[in-house]
Amino acid sequence: MTDIADPATAPEVVDRVIIRFAGDSGDGMQLTGDRFTATSALYGNDLATLPDFPAEIRAPAGTLAGVSAFQVHISDHDITTPGDAPDVLVAMNPAALHSQLPRVAPGGTIIVNGDAFDERSLAKAGYDSNPLRDGSLDGYTVYEAPMTSLTRGAVEPLGVKPRDAERSKNFFALGLISWMYTRPIEPTLEWIQKRFANNPKVAEANTVAFKAGHAFGETAELFEHRYEVRPAKLPPGTYTNITGNTALAWGLVAASQLSELPLFLGSYPITPASDILHELSKHKNFGVRTLQAEDEIAGIGAALGAAYGGHLAATTTSGPGMALKAETIGLALQLELPLLVIDIQRGGPSTGLPTKTEQADLLMALHGRHGEAPLPVLAARSPSHCFEVAIEAARIALTWRTPVILLSDGYLANGAEPWRLPDVSALPDLKVTFATQPNHTGPDGEQVFWPYLRDPETLARDWALPGTPGLMHRIGGLEKEDGSGNVSYDPANHERMVELRAEKVQRIADHIPDVEVTGDVDDAELLVVGWGSTWGAIDGAVSRVRAKGHKVAHAHLVHLYPFPRNLGDVLRRYPRVLVPELNLGQLAQILRAEYLVDAQKVTKVRGLPFTASELETAILEHLGTAS
Amino acid sequence: MSDTTIPVTTRKDWSSDQEVRWCPGCGDYSILAAVQLLMPELGIRREDVVFVSGIGCAARFPYYMNTYGMHTIHGRAPAIATGLAMARPDLHVFVVSGDGDALSIGGNHLIHALRRNINITILLFNNQIYGLTKGQYSPTSEVGKVTKSTPFGSLDHPFNPVSVAIGAEATFVARTHDMDRKHMMEVFRRAFEHKGASLVEIYQNCNVFNDGAFEGITSKEKRGDMLIPLQHGQPIRFGPDGSRGVAIDSQRGAHIVDVAEVGEDALLVHDETREDPSVAFMLSRLARGPFEPTPIGVFRAIERPEYGEGVNQQLAVAQSQRGPGDLEALLRSGATWEVA
Repeated sequence: MTDIADPATAPEVVDRVIIRFAGDSGDGMQLTGDRFTATSALYGNDLATLPDFPAEIRAPAGTLAGVSAFQVHISDHDITTPGDAPDVLVAMNPAALHSQLPRVAPGGTIIVNGDAFDERSLAKAGYDSNPLRDGSLDGYTVYEAPMTSLTRGAVEPLGVKPRDAERSKNFFALGLISWMYTRPIEPTLEWIQKRFANNPKVAEANTVAFKAGHAFGETAELFEHRYEVRPAKLPPGTYTNITGNTALAWGLVAASQLSELPLFLGSYPITPASDILHELSKHKNFGVRTLQAEDEIAGIGAALGAAYGGHLAATTTSGPGMALKAETIGLALQLELPLLVIDIQRGGPSTGLPTKTEQADLLMALHGRHGEAPLPVLAARSPSHCFEVAIEAARIALTWRTPVILLSDGYLANGAEPWRLPDVSALPDLKVTFATQPNHTGPDGEQVFWPYLRDPETLARDWALPGTPGLMHRIGGLEKEDGSGNVSYDPANHERMVELRAEKVQRIADHIPDVEVTGDVDDAELLVVGWGSTWGAIDGAVSRVRAKGHKVAHAHLVHLYPFPRNLGDVLRRYPRVLVPELNLGQLAQILRAEYLVDAQKVTKVRGLPFTASELETAILEHLGTAS
Repeated sequence: MSDTTIPVTTRKDWSSDQEVRWCPGCGDYSILAAVQLLMPELGIRREDVVFVSGIGCAARFPYYMNTYGMHTIHGRAPAIATGLAMARPDLHVFVVSGDGDALSIGGNHLIHALRRNINITILLFNNQIYGLTKGQYSPTSEVGKVTKSTPFGSLDHPFNPVSVAIGAEATFVARTHDMDRKHMMEVFRRAFEHKGASLVEIYQNCNVFNDGAFEGITSKEKRGDMLIPLQHGQPIRFGPDGSRGVAIDSQRGAHIVDVAEVGEDALLVHDETREDPSVAFMLSRLARGPFEPTPIGVFRAIERPEYGEGVNQQLAVAQSQRGPGDLEALLRSGATWEVA
């Protein structure tokens, strides 16, 4: 511990806390939440985060539409969700209080910036009276800190203009919360120096504001308690705090190294996928080429061109971009070239909810192409899991020469968690063997290259790169003659090729792990089946229900096409199957169709992830109907 | 590849075993012949050449070349070729496209490939009609064109491909036509040798759906009067004994003059290397369509950094400054902590 501990205010030890920072879009709440998270990670807590911000860059100040929030759950034990109801709400203005209060746990703590509760701001937030005075917050523990004026007072001696001085008030809030939750202060002070190195005045102002917030907590005698959340007992190893988009970007870099193929990303900026483009653009010393293309179609087109040239190629997007890329995905499938199509799902349809999460692109990923066009679909289940799934997607794409769709979502993309770094030497070998010699003897005895001759086991076609002498050949979107790859309109050949392409993808199931069942594997009354980012909430809910004595199991799918070979057996093993999804029941529909099981759905399409308690209730309800 | 000598080849070596299936009499045959005849002269290997095409009659081109080839989807060839050229600067990447493919469905990719100046050679077969879909008007068709989809005449004002390319500040823009193999080969060679994106518009006759669209300027009899050959460093002259020419003034822009009337000194001296595209643009506007004297040859050929080279330079600088990528170090690049 590096901060000052006064025995009189020795912190109360708690096992977990959920804090929600909320303010105006311009108040820097994402940054504040991020810093609190980073410090907690370094301190050794397990954690999960949920950034929740509007699509508008700056909605009118002080309005409900402009509220930006960041929720972080820190604990001394293994956790998998950003928590249900916040124990603590930090509200920088009335709008933040008004919009976020319904989420706060009964009896929770509310810390407000008292300076912001003037008549105008109250009116803007839709308050008729001041909630700090009218008794409407009686059920909560409310702390008022005049954050704006105290920050201004602390910062003004530095010669900062009053307006600029107020900008540091998020650091005041961070200082205060850091004091309340006994966070070490050095990491944040060091970070401020680094982050604002180009602007020493701002660095100084933020430092002073942060310290003032910390000191306010210690001296104001306003706060009855401070708390400590001790480090979690996580498996030994080296940890870093990581978001889903960073993990995905690093997974692509890793796949490039493991395959010894240069990485190419063709992409077009879109929320919430752009951070992958940003991250990969930094890593040019890994030989990563990134193209910010003129549109979504050009992004995937360029990636496909690079794949043809022998690069490990990827395109990143969200739902609207997926729709635009569909034709090129079909071409990649027909050309049988490896290509990673990464969809960071957001609320749809159309522009929908750009900054909010959803899982409603599953059916599009599985079926959203013309013609018979099956391809492998994978989904990551947590922010750090994006790393592993990116490598798995590359393995499948390269081995079977096929486009692969990898699904993540806004919640995983921006959410963070501690990640135990993998042993790099234990990552899979993804090296590819390219054709260098003719593979077929023509009718007159000449040695030729046939691009559509297949490996008898995987059905993957032979892949010769342009530049290889003697193997010149043409590929294209028109139907191919089996073997030679020449254009063919022969009816029987078309049917054979459609079946071959489907069979190739089906055979991937022989080379993926069985779906794992956790919980009451042998005698569960109910199996919860999930995919993607619902993993944490399902895991939490299943634990709670089991703790109450019910028999429940959990299976979580990473491979959504083809499914693991054992999935049918797993589904039929339990009396009841429940499928929670952030859509209207897309996986449930597939499971029912594919396996004739009575899969029941639990759905939510509110732009927000499930909470564990929502799923706990849903599971109990379904168990109730069982008894 | 340790052998650095380029094998001597003939047209036959560059022709694939696939039967050419354009309509008999199609202008595409003569373009294919010009390309296949030029290839042996370029000092390159067949395996280092890729033809990328989209959709349309012209897009069948790659199947007939004994090189690497990719017949892709409608309009997207410039985007796909951009990725390939970025990934593989060692290859010679050609894009074969038509007026519908390049200027309608693929217009966006075309202009961005041009402005980006990626190292590709774009051959734009302009026949002013949709051939493969059997005869609808195209974005280069003249106003009033009566086709199956415009029985009362088309209302769309057409694109002039050369104007579009110059407007996009392409670094190499040229025009040729399918009736003059020698001219095609000359222009194709220049386009190939240009570093960056080059666009060649080829007036191409569709003898089935738009027969004779260019005959008024490209036929042997009319050519002398109606085609204005652009030659770098030369005053722009055409017609019998070079009696006509092109001058430029602030009122009328580029316009056609009688040399005897204005004197040779008044003629515009063609400078394809002029940085400012305005004069080249004015030249592209001389004819309102293939019924007025029309410039052919190289309109513009300037030097600008090639995109793929810039990309590779950034990689090289990053590698020299930070060393080759180390995955272990990347994973530890954020704040880390140990759990015992």
